[in-house]
Amino acid sequence: MTTTPIKFYQVGSFAVGNRLLSEEDRSIQSDPNRTNALTSGHRACQGCGEALGARYALDAAMRACNDQVIAVNATGCLEVFSTPYPESSWRIPWLHSLFGNAPAVATGVAAAMKAKGRTDVRVVGQGGDGATVDIGFGALSGMFERNDDVLYICYDNEAYMNTGVQRSGATPPAARTATTQAVGSAPGNVFGQGKNLPRIAMAHEIPYVATASVADLRDLEAKVTKAMSFRGARYIHVLVPCPLGWGSASCDTIKIARLATQSGLFPVFEAESGEVTSSTPIRKKVDVEEYLKLQLRYAHLFSPTRNDAVINHLQEMADKNIRRYNLLNQSSES
Amino acid sequence: MEKPFAITLSVESSLANHTGSWRVEKPEYVHRMPPCNNACPAGENIQNWLYIAEDGSYENAWHALIQENPFPAIMGRVCYHPCQDVCNRSFLDEAVGINSVERFLGDHAIEKGWKIPAPDVESGFKVLIIGAGPAGLSAAYHLRRLGHDVTVRDATHAPGGMMRYGIPKYRLPREILDAEINRIKEMGIRFEMNTRVDDVHVAMDEGFDAVFLAIGAQLSKRAYIPASEAARIMDAIKVLHDVEEGNQPLLGRKVVVYGGGNTAMDVARTAKRLGAEEAVIVYRRTRDKAPANDLEITEALEEGILVKWLSTVNHVGQHELRIEKMELDEKGFPQPTGEFETLEADSLILALGQEVDFSLLGNSADLDVVDGTMTVDATMMTSHPGIFAGGDMVPADRTVTTGVGHGKKAARNIDAWLRKSTYENTKNTDLVTYEQLNSWYYTDAPHVVRERLEASRRAKDFSEVVKGLDESNALYEARRCMSCGNCFECDNCFGVCPDNAIIKLGPGKGFEINLDYCKGCGICVSECPSSSIVMVADK
Amino acid sequence: MLKQIEGSKAIADTVAACRPEVICAYPISPQTHIVEGLSAIVKAGKLAKCEFINVESEFAAMSVAIGASAAGARAYTATASQGLLYMVEAVYNAAGLGLPIVMTVANRAIGGPINIWNDHSDSMSQRDSGWIQMYAETNQEAADLHVQAFAIAERLSLPIMVCMDGFILTHAYEQIDVPEQELVDKYLPTFNPRQILDPADPVSIGAMVGPEAFTEVKYMSHMKNLQALTVIPEESEKFAQVFNRDSGGLVRPYKMQEARNVVIALGSVLGTIKDVVDEMIHDGYSIGVLGLTTFRPFPFEAVREALTAAHNVFIVEKAFQLGVGGIVTENVRSSLRGTATHDQTLIAGLGGRPITKQSLRTYFEAAIDGRVEELTFLDLDKDLAERELLKEKVGL
Repeated sequence: MTTTPIKFYQVGSFAVGNRLLSEEDRSIQSDPNRTNALTSGHRACQGCGEALGARYALDAAMRACNDQVIAVNATGCLEVFSTPYPESSWRIPWLHSLFGNAPAVATGVAAAMKAKGRTDVRVVGQGGDGATVDIGFGALSGMFERNDDVLYICYDNEAYMNTGVQRSGATPPAARTATTQAVGSAPGNVFGQGKNLPRIAMAHEIPYVATASVADLRDLEAKVTKAMSFRGARYIHVLVPCPLGWGSASCDTIKIARLATQSGLFPVFEAESGEVTSSTPIRKKVDVEEYLKLQLRYAHLFSPTRNDAVINHLQEMADKNIRRYNLLNQSSES
Repeated sequence: MEKPFAITLSVESSLANHTGSWRVEKPEYVHRMPPCNNACPAGENIQNWLYIAEDGSYENAWHALIQENPFPAIMGRVCYHPCQDVCNRSFLDEAVGINSVERFLGDHAIEKGWKIPAPDVESGFKVLIIGAGPAGLSAAYHLRRLGHDVTVRDATHAPGGMMRYGIPKYRLPREILDAEINRIKEMGIRFEMNTRVDDVHVAMDEGFDAVFLAIGAQLSKRAYIPASEAARIMDAIKVLHDVEEGNQPLLGRKVVVYGGGNTAMDVARTAKRLGAEEAVIVYRRTRDKAPANDLEITEALEEGILVKWLSTVNHVGQHELRIEKMELDEKGFPQPTGEFETLEADSLILALGQEVDFSLLGNSADLDVVDGTMTVDATMMTSHPGIFAGGDMVPADRTVTTGVGHGKKAARNIDAWLRKSTYENTKNTDLVTYEQLNSWYYTDAPHVVRERLEASRRAKDFSEVVKGLDESNALYEARRCMSCGNCFECDNCFGVCPDNAIIKLGPGKGFEINLDYCKGCGICVSECPSSSIVMVADK
Repeated sequence: MLKQIEGSKAIADTVAACRPEVICAYPISPQTHIVEGLSAIVKAGKLAKCEFINVESEFAAMSVAIGASAAGARAYTATASQGLLYMVEAVYNAAGLGLPIVMTVANRAIGGPINIWNDHSDSMSQRDSGWIQMYAETNQEAADLHVQAFAIAERLSLPIMVCMDGFILTHAYEQIDVPEQELVDKYLPTFNPRQILDPADPVSIGAMVGPEAFTEVKYMSHMKNLQALTVIPEESEKFAQVFNRDSGGLVRPYKMQEARNVVIALGSVLGTIKDVVDEMIHDGYSIGVLGLTTFRPFPFEAVREALTAAHNVFIVEKAFQLGVGGIVTENVRSSLRGTATHDQTLIAGLGGRPITKQSLRTYFEAAIDGRVEELTFLDLDKDLAERELLKEKVGL
């Protein structure tokens, strides 16, 4: 665990804040003077997980380096909803260039800072799953391989949402998207190997790789903070549910992220120099079904007839993660 | 810096875009009714004082508590805590030990000598309280806090009523009782002890603007039991009263108590402490149907009290008595079986319940009495204007806590009546269920069990059986409260809003929704652990 | 000081003298020697405060340059041919964001079929990208243009491509007066970026602009591009004052006084053309040459003025628009609108085909006699082409 467990029974260690905690033990998001890297007035949909994840991550990054952060953004929802002329929601220096080049642009910014002797200024690259696992994959891999001093954060909502919910390399099996419709003999996305970017990042043996979700703020903040303690290429993969694309209620964004982690479908772990160093144990194990049922993109698994074969297949994926990352039966509760 | 047109934007310029216009529903902070508060016969705002206690502000917590109930140290010992029976935390792990925290606060207040604040203004009204039991003392306390001139009259020589003469010391040490009553005395309330009121109207005519009757139910119920002349039959109330007054009753080696209520348990346990080798309770129904609080039954059993469930006393002799086995019919009523058993018994103590002794009121025949209790309206007023009644003498649960609740309710209504207005109880009825909470945010935490005197020792003397919590335990226990339906400033709403539309007002001040930006997604409502935000339609 | 040096090495030394802060490199012939040279300079520690980034593609090269430039660093990269095309999205983006990146394009043909030799198809394809384009006639000029390019780009906050013919210039060893550090420092001010990513004064660069302002943004870009037509001659003059030699500017007339016929071209082929023209003047022809140093923005005024006396212009181009014809021709024709001057286009040197003096002279003579078609491909084996076309049944 990256978080130090704080036994606060009333709210456990899982709420955003707690008036009973000492200042230094409180989450960054609980601070009324938090930086709000992404501020109000942005045009994200109601209940947007990405807007939340971006603020969580960047506020933590800012806290970790005395607000000396420059962000580079790939094209996508985050970019479009935050900076439609004439309004920007950012409160940090921010640059958007293209869909597929954010990691390289971030490298350029970092190189400039290094050349200017401003190594106190840290660079965060960010993008959605399309920008990260598909179109910007080469640039990301290059950035990793060179070990450029960039923290790249992928806000994974598992499809191309900005263009209308088309399949990406991060779309999970069986999920319905606008290009993997719920029709035919195998409705939804195909069962493939998937593009597991955290593991691909680990294969580059970069200093730090982590996964996180918007459902566990403290974990996310701890990971960003930890990432900022390293120099070189770092990667954090954050699961951010998308009410629009997933067909879920806007109020359920965090709940769904939580179910993704508690079912094992989205393993939360961290790795250093290519090796898993810890995983966040499941607190309240649920079957994948509980996660799937809240999302219309999986509705075809339950109606008009229940598709046990596919549900079981997804459960096997979750179970594999649980084994692989030792997500159950760790000794202490977080 | 010169900014290229349109391509480069000023930071946070989006604040001009009021996304609140997207909204069709809006979140609203509410105060809902936690089940504990709802169940409290004294109408305590338990969630609130636990919340205050959680950061160690015990004095503030105590002051909040005594807004509703002046006897936290007593409550923490004698209240059967129906609050805990309904505590939502029991669905997660175990109910919060509310009672133990209450006792901690009460004891802490006594230790620190915290005082009840004086009333802001004197009202000029005079109120007479008849009866210095829980209801009467509670009424006196609340009326005094409201600025009234209060006189308490009681026929006994020490105030406390059943708290003194009915509840044994091992449950309620007298120094605790005295401390909390003295605090009330110090408010400037006149106590006229050893003063029997024979006629309410005459008493009222002494210049009182209102009267509160709280004479309790002192009369033991009788049952016809065939008995030999030498049989020794006593009633429980008298035994307990005598013990309190220092007059040790002659009970013999073997004592049988007849009845299944708390008084039966108390008197049996008392008998044991007075030296009886054996104390046996005879009750006509089963344990689960016994009116006694289960904790009292448990403690009695632990102390070696024997219980003959499903039995009635059929005949009482000098050194033995005969009981008949009963069985429950389909409706759960005990029916005789014709099977008999003989028990050794030097005495039989009847604990079959109490009745109101209306003779105490003398010439007060104009007050309505139905089925042995006095009729009162919703404001606790009797059929006579200005005369109110409460406690065991009106139809209700006969517990200390209920009496205290009656005293408060009567006081507030008397106050309103005196001021020619009406008392509005703004009690929120929106009860919070466990399902409405977001239990994810509550870590498992089993409750602290209060230390109890070991059974072998406690049956020998009148030492207090149940011990209190120390500060760290009390704090732990207070913090287990899930704050059902009321914000406890966990910052979740502030953190989870994707639109930064929650304004944090600072410690103790809670939060506000910034409707300029709130898009109405409802995440704050979903992720509120305590269900204290709701979505409402927005025009 | 004159040095016998390879063109690419001269460019590397020149660029280094301009003190770039971030250099991005991805190998593609015939540009490779330039970045190899720079790599050696940076690696040897001769260029303080410079980051040399070996990227994984040209797309990344331009992207890194974008990031570096937006963060206020003087950024440089070099490419050619397919590489330029691979980075196109970022090329347009750099111009759109107004980032003063300097890029050498070592001109090379574009496939398919794959061809590594020189022509202008690559840079010409980027004529609408919003970058300033200047073409070097010689390696001396290529070196000089790089120094001026940083000044021009940074004054205008616009990126510049310095185009030099692949192999013909990049790989040629000749006498070059490589701009000396002292003089470069005297000429080139430190980079004072128009906008910069700075935590102390944050801005959001790269907004999404909708229909309500996109036209204005593009109009402004256009107008800013046109400002280069003023800035480029100024820098050429300033350069001459410091370095005491003439290079850069918009156009370079050669022996054009009262010439009835003018050959227009850009890049290294101008040298060959000038030799042919010299001979033809000697033989009594009225002919001159107009070299286009600046192609983007197109110097319409300067071209029109230079051609006032011309009756015929022959435009020699190393690239063309398939299905249309000459690229430069169209721009020249716009300059000549309303005049009686005739234009004819000669497409030459595609994919590295040698442009010989003999072939050029033959063409010019025929053109002067009115014996050429409007569009001519130099040394085209027309029989072969027609035969093959028949096989493919094209035109049936």
